Amino acid sequence: MFPLNLEVLGHAGTNALYVLTGFFFGFMLEQAGFGNSRKLASQFYLNDMRVLKVMFTAIVTAMLLLFGMEVLGLLRPGALYVNPTHLWPGIVGGLIFGVGFVIGGYCPGTSLVSMATLKLDGAFFVLGLAAGMVIFGEVLPLFQAFFDASGDLGEVTLPQALGLPAGVVVLLVVVMAIGMFFAAERLEAHFGKREKEPC
Amino acid sequence: MSRKSADYMNPYLAGVLLGVVLTGSFLVFGHGLGASGGVASLTGAAESALFPGRAEKNAYLVNLVVSPESPLDNWAVFEILGVILGGLVSGWLSGRVRLETFHGPRLSARARWGFAFLGGAIAGFGVRLARGCTSSQALSGGAVLSAGSWAFMFAVFGGAYALAYFVRRLWT
Repeated sequence: MFPLNLEVLGHAGTNALYVLTGFFFGFMLEQAGFGNSRKLASQFYLNDMRVLKVMFTAIVTAMLLLFGMEVLGLLRPGALYVNPTHLWPGIVGGLIFGVGFVIGGYCPGTSLVSMATLKLDGAFFVLGLAAGMVIFGEVLPLFQAFFDASGDLGEVTLPQALGLPAGVVVLLVVVMAIGMFFAAERLEAHFGKREKEPC
Repeated sequence: MSRKSADYMNPYLAGVLLGVVLTGSFLVFGHGLGASGGVASLTGAAESALFPGRAEKNAYLVNLVVSPESPLDNWAVFEILGVILGGLVSGWLSGRVRLETFHGPRLSARARWGFAFLGGAIAGFGVRLARGCTSSQALSGGAVLSAGSWAFMFAVFGGAYALAYFVRRLWT
């Protein structure tokens, strides 16, 4: 039954497992081309939709594997962490994050990978992240109530929010992802030709 | 470096493999992947070291420092250590480790550094407001169908696409 009981590994063993997990994560981000801000930014100019393809393929893969294992009774019920929903801070934070993404060319994980392969723009993005987090801590008291309580819905899932069975939502996500992949290929065929210079 | 860089992996294949890593994290630890949490912990520890007492007064940063004796003893810190190692090994195997700056054709490298820092700062602010990033919210919460994570994900794309036209000179 998953998730595993890691007590046998001890504190150091568990931390080593986190380093290993991070290793595979960083390895895949770099292989996907996400250490390159021009590849990432291309998503927003529609000439290389790699970000959308990788993200949604990863989400669909993990969703199907985890859902399948739950159906087969291999997961302890309620054992997986579901990010609690703080709807409005999440949406406003997401919009701000998107603005930072298109200006800076990275997100946190990809900037670490970029920095690891000696890209200076990646390193400056990481420094910027730290600065933004310090600024957030300093000004948070100005909107503490919004951050703590606005749209605080707890651990709510899409099936609960939409009032649909989990299997139906899983199917809808798969169909939506396939639709987006077809659209991405069409958009790349149209806008990708304009990209002349190599990245 | 004379060696030619390898091409990036097919995005669908990369996505499937990334999804397998994400699934593995859920099966082993009960939670998904994270990147911003480790950066936040390191930032909190650095602020404590540089300005003693400052982070302690800052209720938000205190929450980041899980144990006051060893603020860096936190799974997210170990995970980003692995991310950096994995990125380096992948880049090395593919001939992509070299000192350089990625920038749009109309932008100098120096200007790009400034915009990278600015974008990072804006993203860092957004990350903390949204309680997570593209990894910890969009990928991880997305896979377990957290409603808030999906709202966050569409907001990220919305914010980026809304601004993309106005900052096109940075990239095209």
